[in-house]
Amino acid sequence: MAKKSKKNIVLMQGNEAIARGAIAAGVNFFAGYPITPSTEVAEILSIELPKNGGKFIQMEDEIASISAIIGGSLAGAKVMTATSGPGFSLMQEGIGYAKITETPCVVVNVMRGGPSTGLPTKPSQSDIMQTRWGSHGDSPAIVLYPNSVLESYELSIRAVNLAEKYRTCVILLSDEVLGHMREAIEIPEIDESKIIKRIKPNTPPEWYKHYPENPKYISPVASIGEGYRFHVTGLTHDSFGFPTNRADEAEIMNDRLKKKITHHLDDLIQVEDYMMDDAKIAVFAAGITSRAAKEAVRNSRAKRHKVGMFRPLTIWPFPEQMIRDKFKDVKAVIVPELAEGQLLGELKRVLRKTNIKFYPIQKTNGELITPDDISEAIKEVRK
Amino acid sequence: MKIPQKRVHKFLRHGKKFPHVWCPGCSNGIVLGAIIRAVDELGYEKDDMAMVSGIGCSSRMPVYVDFNTLHTLHGRALAYATGVKMVKPEMNVCVVTGDGDSTAIGGNHLIHAARRNIDLTVIVINNNIYGMTGGQYSPTTPTGDFATTTPYGNIDPVFDICKLAEGAGATFVARTTAYHVVEAQSIIKQAFEHKGFSIVEIVSACPVIYGKLNKKGDAPAMMRDMKERAIPVKAFEKLTPEQVGNKYSRGILVNIKKPEYTAEYTKLMDSLQPQKGDK
Ligand SMILES: Cc1ncc(C[n+]2csc(CCOP(=O)(O)OP(=O)(O)O)c2C)c(N)n1
Ligand code: SF4
Repeated sequence: MAKKSKKNIVLMQGNEAIARGAIAAGVNFFAGYPITPSTEVAEILSIELPKNGGKFIQMEDEIASISAIIGGSLAGAKVMTATSGPGFSLMQEGIGYAKITETPCVVVNVMRGGPSTGLPTKPSQSDIMQTRWGSHGDSPAIVLYPNSVLESYELSIRAVNLAEKYRTCVILLSDEVLGHMREAIEIPEIDESKIIKRIKPNTPPEWYKHYPENPKYISPVASIGEGYRFHVTGLTHDSFGFPTNRADEAEIMNDRLKKKITHHLDDLIQVEDYMMDDAKIAVFAAGITSRAAKEAVRNSRAKRHKVGMFRPLTIWPFPEQMIRDKFKDVKAVIVPELAEGQLLGELKRVLRKTNIKFYPIQKTNGELITPDDISEAIKEVRK
Repeated sequence: MKIPQKRVHKFLRHGKKFPHVWCPGCSNGIVLGAIIRAVDELGYEKDDMAMVSGIGCSSRMPVYVDFNTLHTLHGRALAYATGVKMVKPEMNVCVVTGDGDSTAIGGNHLIHAARRNIDLTVIVINNNIYGMTGGQYSPTTPTGDFATTTPYGNIDPVFDICKLAEGAGATFVARTTAYHVVEAQSIIKQAFEHKGFSIVEIVSACPVIYGKLNKKGDAPAMMRDMKERAIPVKAFEKLTPEQVGNKYSRGILVNIKKPEYTAEYTKLMDSLQPQKGDK
């Protein structure tokens, strides 16, 4: 457990920061199943939730865990579960259900090496595409990925906020190193006004639509037991929530799932741009790998090389426009990732109309990419 | 036991959702009626009722009732219901599920919900087949019977749903049939009143698929079969193995008291509150 000093500076682990962020955001129901390297999130919440008026339950598997939090959310709670690789795979059907039923929830995925049981105690970034395409059907995603303990805390709060605001399943990524490393952080004061609460309907129950049409695609939502007696189904449904086979109604539903994200890109997308303004060479990195990238860029800049780093904190929706703008004068981009080209592929898609050259650095053996690996690549590119 | 039609209507989304999807002769509607009458007799408010189901013909039930309704994923109803009950323990949470939904894909959730003794009322509509997908065999399709995936006869042994639930720790277990609808209504009522995990298996007829594949005759013939084979539990216990044959027991099989899960969690939360005078 974190030790407090006078200035509210604590030595905290990444997973603990996620758990504490959840409490700060008002999470009051967590259901989970243990799996390395995410287990600390569950352990800490099993201690803290019942002390803070919340509830924790260890379910029989990850399918049950995601199901239970969706049920809890529909009953009005702010909810979270946490898992890793194999458990994340098991949750996919439930994630799709949360999205089609527009039920707020947060799934934390602390990435470990794969495929399958893979490397349970080693970091990886190979679930990037699964967070976007893992569940069958087209289901747009909101996915956040911090790169420090402090950011794990902040993005945990943000993930809960976005889930509540956009009525969807938000995925918070971490990785084995980020989840387990400890850093001294000053816990930010919680500004209650920044904690998003679900907007409640003020229509009489007879008029209530669980999925009303709305130009902003964000609408008030009632919970089970509040007198609204709405219906929820994973089948394609009409604005009341009842199943439909009608093409026009199916279109309206799918359109809303998509547009509630594409209409709010400014609110959803966060990036870090480090020394990109005059950069000719860019390093594009996320999560733990961006720490090494930043150091390599800093070292290069000390030698007056025009190198910068671009880091998405929001992985999905992918910051396409920002990348296109920032990469206007870039000649080459180095893409280090603990995966076999998942970020690279997306970046290539976004920059396909440019002449930018791509230099991948990919490791899937459980080791991190080091600042030296990236510096070496910068040297190669400059040749 | 009989209640006027109008009172049944009060519980239905009759203006919106009928006609229903079920085939003529299907038992699902009989079970729906029994549940509604039980709720009416208990005087439960519709707002305090949640009906949660999985996927299957039987699991289509929630759409027709004017409760808080949740049609979830195949096999997962109990896990969703667990979340609802944890967050709103004051609600009456009823789970409606098929034999495949509850004992095949959802078997893990069934045994663990029973083990926790969480206060859910589970109605298993056991029609011995996967109805919705057109007649594949389920864990309760009798050995030797035909399904679209047992074209040579089923070699799988069957689950006894009630024994399974009892073994897993359910504190209220009962079996009845769609033919014994008055008994069903009374048992469902007791299941609702029971504090803890209650499960009622209702032997049901799927005449259109299971009945046809196994030459069981029409719906009335299948109801007669229930009438003849389902024996009240007291009488059943006195039967010799030869007399048992293909008969099965009906009535309340288990009814015991044990600590209920959400109540235990509330106690735990209370115990963690700082006591007055604590620093
Ligand atoms: C994960 C998943 N697998 C398979 C299906 C297809 N499926 C839908 S209903 C069903 C079986 C339903 O049988 P049962 O639970 O006995 O209910 P019944 O239809 O007989 O009432 C199956 C296999 C599905 N919807 N989801
Ligand atoms: S297929 Fe069988 S279970 Fe399904 S509605 Fe028809 S009769 Fe009922």
